[in-house]
Parts: sequence; structure tokens; C-alpha cells
Amino acid sequence: MDSFISLIQAAVVFGTVIMFGAVGETLTEKSGNLNLGVPGIMYLGGIASLTGAFFYESAVASPNAILCVLIALVCGVGASMLGGLIYSFLTITLRANQNVSGLALSIFGSGVANFFGGSLNKLAGGVGQISVASTSAAFRAQIPLLSGLGVPGRIFFSYGFMMYLAIVIAILMQCFFSYSRAGLNLRSVGENPATADAAGINVGRNKYLATCIGAGISGLGGIFYVMDYTKGTWANDGTIEKLGWLAVALVIFTRWKPKNAVWGAYLFGMMYWLYFYISGLTRSTQELFKMLPYVVTIVVLVLVSLRKKREDQPPEHLGLAYFREDR
Amino acid sequence: MAIRLENITKTFGTVHANHNISMEIRRGEILSLLGENGSGKTTLMNMLSGIYYPDAGQIYVDGREVSIRSPKDAFDLGIGMIHQHFKLVDVFTAAENVILGLPERGRVNRRTVAKKVREICERYGFEVDPNQKVYDMSVSQKQTLEIVKVLYRGANVLILDEPTAVLTPQEADKLFAVMRRMRADGKAVVIITHKLHEVLSVSDRVAILRKGEYVGDVPTREATELSLTEMMVGQKVSLNIDRPEPVNPRRRLSVEHLSIVNAEGVKVLDDVSFECNSGEILGIAGISGCGQRELLEAIAGLQREEPGSSIKYYPPAGGEEELTLCTPRQIRDHGIALSFVPEDRLGMGLVGGFGMSDNMMLKDYNNGHSFFTDRTRPRELAARIKEDLAVQTPDLITPVRKLSGGNVQKVLVGREIAAAPSVLMTAYAVRGLDINTSYTIYRLLNEQKKKGVAVIFVGEDLDVLLELCDRILVLCAGRVNGVLDGRSAKKEEVGLLMTNLNKKGEGAA
Repeated sequence: MDSFISLIQAAVVFGTVIMFGAVGETLTEKSGNLNLGVPGIMYLGGIASLTGAFFYESAVASPNAILCVLIALVCGVGASMLGGLIYSFLTITLRANQNVSGLALSIFGSGVANFFGGSLNKLAGGVGQISVASTSAAFRAQIPLLSGLGVPGRIFFSYGFMMYLAIVIAILMQCFFSYSRAGLNLRSVGENPATADAAGINVGRNKYLATCIGAGISGLGGIFYVMDYTKGTWANDGTIEKLGWLAVALVIFTRWKPKNAVWGAYLFGMMYWLYFYISGLTRSTQELFKMLPYVVTIVVLVLVSLRKKREDQPPEHLGLAYFREDR
Repeated sequence: MAIRLENITKTFGTVHANHNISMEIRRGEILSLLGENGSGKTTLMNMLSGIYYPDAGQIYVDGREVSIRSPKDAFDLGIGMIHQHFKLVDVFTAAENVILGLPERGRVNRRTVAKKVREICERYGFEVDPNQKVYDMSVSQKQTLEIVKVLYRGANVLILDEPTAVLTPQEADKLFAVMRRMRADGKAVVIITHKLHEVLSVSDRVAILRKGEYVGDVPTREATELSLTEMMVGQKVSLNIDRPEPVNPRRRLSVEHLSIVNAEGVKVLDDVSFECNSGEILGIAGISGCGQRELLEAIAGLQREEPGSSIKYYPPAGGEEELTLCTPRQIRDHGIALSFVPEDRLGMGLVGGFGMSDNMMLKDYNNGHSFFTDRTRPRELAARIKEDLAVQTPDLITPVRKLSGGNVQKVLVGREIAAAPSVLMTAYAVRGLDINTSYTIYRLLNEQKKKGVAVIFVGEDLDVLLELCDRILVLCAGRVNGVLDGRSAKKEEVGLLMTNLNKKGEGAA
């Protein structure tokens, strides 16, 4: 029982990282931009929030918890959006190839993050010595009474506020797509930019906004990972990158519907950790279990392709640049 | 007067798409904009709808000088354009497409929109279900939706770019009725079309462009097909299609009991049998989607025939070859060429990103034994086609998707003919082409016929079929509904066979 609960907790924590990444990427992809830079963006968010918090905490004697959270969020989201802006400039203004730009951003983000992560470690006096205790504590603060409710408390309420924020953002995003005019306009840009253009929608603006805001949301995943899961330290182990790619896979798994990310992300988190909680696995059989999220994504792709339902397909113009006077 | 254009000029690179054009669009009038392919009609209208911005010149709307920098500016001025390629989002419903991009904010109120859409439909006699998804709609429904969309935005000036190119005659008549109702409503309507009989029947005034320049306008009642064509082409023309007598016809191809079942399990061709002869043009008539495409594809080896089907080829040298189980390449090597012009023109036969010479190579890159491809001959062939058919392209390496539709078709048809086939199949070879280019294509087909080639011509225009073809095979719902003599058949007779399936299922005549 105990190990089952800790599996769920681990799944929820990693699921939250993936959910942020996937919901942000869904917003980006709805505008027709296939941003494969999600891992890089998450890296940027993580390292920027850590850096901001580190300098704030080392500058003042008694850090204010609310300010800690704000500084970490502003730095992290800002850096991620900057990553999104680079990608937007390359693909929307210069009409560079989206796949190449996205992959470059992934490599760039992880390089930048690990460079500054290493520098921070040095400044702090060694690996694992970075101390942003107040910020991390603020991020990890649980809801006082509810978290003590025994098993339900541990399953549902043993997390920091960002876990709930992810669900709220996913649901809001779904409502935005389904019910708002702005969402309808944005979707038309991803489906058929020429049509959107002819209807008087500013294609470039929609793409820029969706890509930058989407990157900001994806970056929240990196912040959550660094502040909550690694408790405000920097480890150069590539986990963020793995979670970033899982986020890209989850977008496909959810068939571009953020509401599906709410349960899909936890399912992915569960599959990610499953190997850890199954006894008797060797190093090599573990790897088979680690493939699970990707296998499931492929199965979903096959099923969706077989059913041929138009609503389950990716935005029609995904991955393609748009130029009005082109023919 | 609704709109006045003064000295409008637009260039793309070094090409003058429009040069110094001045013209008027008036309220309560249907204006036909006429011109050959690539004469700059669509470009000119795109400057009114905000897709392009003129390099020089002024646009006046209701006497006020305006600058139309985006489609939104055009809507604000009450100008709506229905493009040749529909601007609709497939996964959206009709209502969602209608409200796309409108300035209102906040929630989408689908019920109010649906109500307003129904009001417009009642007023002009449209049938549009606001909740139907676009991907479930027929071409004609999509076009209706485009018109509703423009009217919903309160357009007073409607521009229709080749609206009838993809419609059946009945659907086109419905559209003309709608246009007349809009004219009666005081709106200005501009229609771009190649079909002269449509120009004469629906419009009040005709404006003509030639090679990007404005030739002039005439009231429709003073115009005839011949006078309009001469204005368009700039020289005397003859509108008679030649039909030489077949010389020494020999059986070249025989199709027996051909049946095809498509991926959805529907029998699209049912026990089709016919023969075609050398030195003869065999026309195939039928409502679109009656199996014409599948029939040609089956002969070209692109379809899987049902058991019992047989397609035999009789080479000029004698003997007979069974084609039923051959690969497309084997069939092609027998000298059977297919040029199919699909609705999107580029879909089959040409690669849009390739230039003319590379497209020539698609057919014979595999010839010869050298490891490297031979680029000289395709380039020569491309140059010859460009010369012979007057293909308008800056050079042979410009991607063909950048050419206008008519020029794309010339490249396709030209290449197929250049392969010196013994059976030449063309489908919708003149779809969307202006009259001059169409006649060039008829002339090319006749030349092939005189050379002893068996030509199969799938056409849409019954008048052309009756003037060009020696025999006409009528398909109806995948069955051969009769074979008529092209010289004696009457239009009504063909029309009747196209729509009423002869229950006895008459075989090859």
C-alpha cells in the first residue's frame, strides 16, 4: 500500500511537469507551430528560476516567501518566453524550418541551463550546495489541514500549489479553445492560415503570442521540477530533457485536447516510474518499462489514424510556414 | 459607382501582373472580368480584397481614396471576395467559419450565429446547415458557405473568382440566380470566369484584361462570343473546333467487363466494356464522379480490377497484350499515356516544387544505363514545350506551382503528348483554361489523332465533346449508358443518358 501511494505521488509530481510542458506545447501547436524545443524551454525555465531565487536569497537576510515564489516564477517564465521568442522569430519572421529550429532550441536550452547550473554550483561551493531553502519551501508548502488526512491526504493534497495550477491551466486552456472567439481564431491559424488571413485575423501576431505564451507555460514545468522535485538544486542528469520529450509525446496522446492532459499526464508519470516499483527487474528489463509512455503514444497514433476522425488530427498546417503572397 | 481603380500596377519580380489598370465597379450591376490565364484578373481582384497591395495607383471606394492593406480593411469597406480555392477551415462548422476573425470578443455564441446564418439563407434562398462540418460538405455547399460568410460581414461588393469551375451546370444556374438576387439588392457583383456563355448570360458589362493590361469594357448585350474572344486574345480567332475524319481506324484498346470496387467498398465501375480505335477521339461524358477517373486509372494500371475484367492493347505492329495485371510502368512503356487534370491541378502528374525540366524527367529518369541522370534532353523537351504551347514562365527552373493554372496544364498535357503515345488519355484537359489555351489543346489532340493515336478525352463541356469527338461514350453511375456518334448526337440525348441509367445496361456499340 505504501509503495502504491508513493508511486502515485511520484507519478503526480512528474505528471505535473509533463502536463505543463504539454499544455504549453498544445497552445503553440494550435497556432501551427511545431515547437520541438520544449525540453530546452523547460531547461531555461528551471535554470532561470533557480538563478533568480539564488541571488535573491543570498542578497537578503530573511527572504519573503511570496517574493521568493514571484521572483522564481517571473525569472523562469520570462526566460522560457524568451526561448519561445527566439523560436518565433526564426520560424515566423524568417520562416526557417520548424523542426530544425525546435531541435536547435532544445540543444541550446540544455546547454545554457547546464552551463549556468554548473556556474551556480561553483558559486555555492560545490554540487548540491545551492541553497534556495526559502523559495523551495514556499513552492513545496502543502495545504495545511487537508494534507494530514491520511491516505486521501497523501494522494491528493501532499503537493505544492503548482500541481493544482497545472490542472487549472489545462482546463482554462480547453475552455479557451472550445468556447472563446480568440481560441477559434487561433485554431483557424493553425488549421488554415490563408483562410484566417483572408478572414482578417493577424496570423503572425497569433502565432507569436501562442508560441511565446505556450513556451511560458511549458517553462512552468521546468520551474516545478527544479523547485519542487529537486528541492532547489541543480543536477546535470538530463531528466528535464526526458520529461520535455514526454510532454511532446503527450500532446499527440491527448489529440491536441488539453482536457485529456489532466489524466494523460499522470498516466505518463505513472508509466515513467512503474519500473521503480516493480520488484525483480534487472537493469535491462527496466529499460523495457521505461519505454511504456512512448509505446502508448504510438498505439494511440495508430488507433487515431485507423479511426480517421478529423477532430483527432493535428492542426492541418502544423509545421509549415505561412507567407501571404506565396502560392 | 462603388469602386474606381486608377492606374493600378503590381509586379512580381520582373513580371508585370497588372500594368496601369483603370476601371470601375458599379452597384446594381454584374461585371464579368475576362481574360486569358495569367492575364492578371485574380491579382487585380486580390488587391481589392487585401491579399496583395498595389505597387502604384489609387483605389476609390464610394468616391473616397482608400488604402487596402489587409483583408480586414477590405471587409471594413464592404468588399468580400470568394476565392477560387475556398478559404474555409475543414474541421470547423459552417457557423464557426462564418464568424471567424470578426471583431467581437469573448465567448462564441453559437445559437445567435446560427440564427443569423439562417436569416441570410432565407433571404437569398441558400441551403446551409450552420452546424455542419465543412469536411462533410460538397464543393457547391462550400461555395454557398463562402458567399454566406461574405454576406454575413455585410459586403456590398462581391468578387467571385471562377466560381463555376467546379460546379455542375445545375449548381452554376443556382449560383447565377443568387447573383441576380444580389444585384437586385443593390450590390456590386464581379465574376471572374472563362466560360463565355456564362459571361453572356449572367453579366451586364464585361471588362477585359490582356497580359496585365486593361483592354476596355463593353455592355454584355453588345458582345458576342467572338467579339469577346478577339478582345481577349487581341487578334482574329475562329471558334470552330476542327474534326478531321478518322483515317484507317484500327482497334487499339479493348476494355471488357471492367469492374472496380473502391476503398469504401462501393462499386464505382460496373461491367464496363468498350473499344477505342487509332486515329479517333473517343469522348467520355458523364456527371462528375461517375467513374471517369477510375476508368482511366484502371487502364493506366493505377487501380485494382475485379476478377473477370480484361483490358487488352493492340500494338500498331500487330498482336495483342494483356494490360490487366501490368504495372503502371509496363503499361506506359507500351505507349499508353495518361494526363489527368484533377481539381487541384497539381495533384497528379507534376511535382509542384520542381521546375519544368525536372518535371519532364519524372517519366524517363530511369531510361539509359548511366549512373547519372541525363538532364540535357529533359531541358530541351521543356524548352520545346514552353515554345510550342507558349507556357508563361520566367525560366525552366521556376517551380511549376508558381505558374498560373493554365500554364501548369500546358506543361502536363505537353509532356504526355511529347512521349509520342499510341493511346493518349486526357481528363479535364481544359478545366479552368481560357478559351485560347483550350483551343491550343484541342488542336494538339487533333494533331495526335491525325498521327494515328487513339485519343480518349474525358470532358465536362458537352458542346466541346460534341464538336471534337468522333464517338461519345456516356457513363452513368459507373456503367456504360450508351455510345453515340459524335457527328449525329444531340446535346439533349447525351444529357439524358448522363442522368438516366438505361436499365438494360447497353453494352459497347
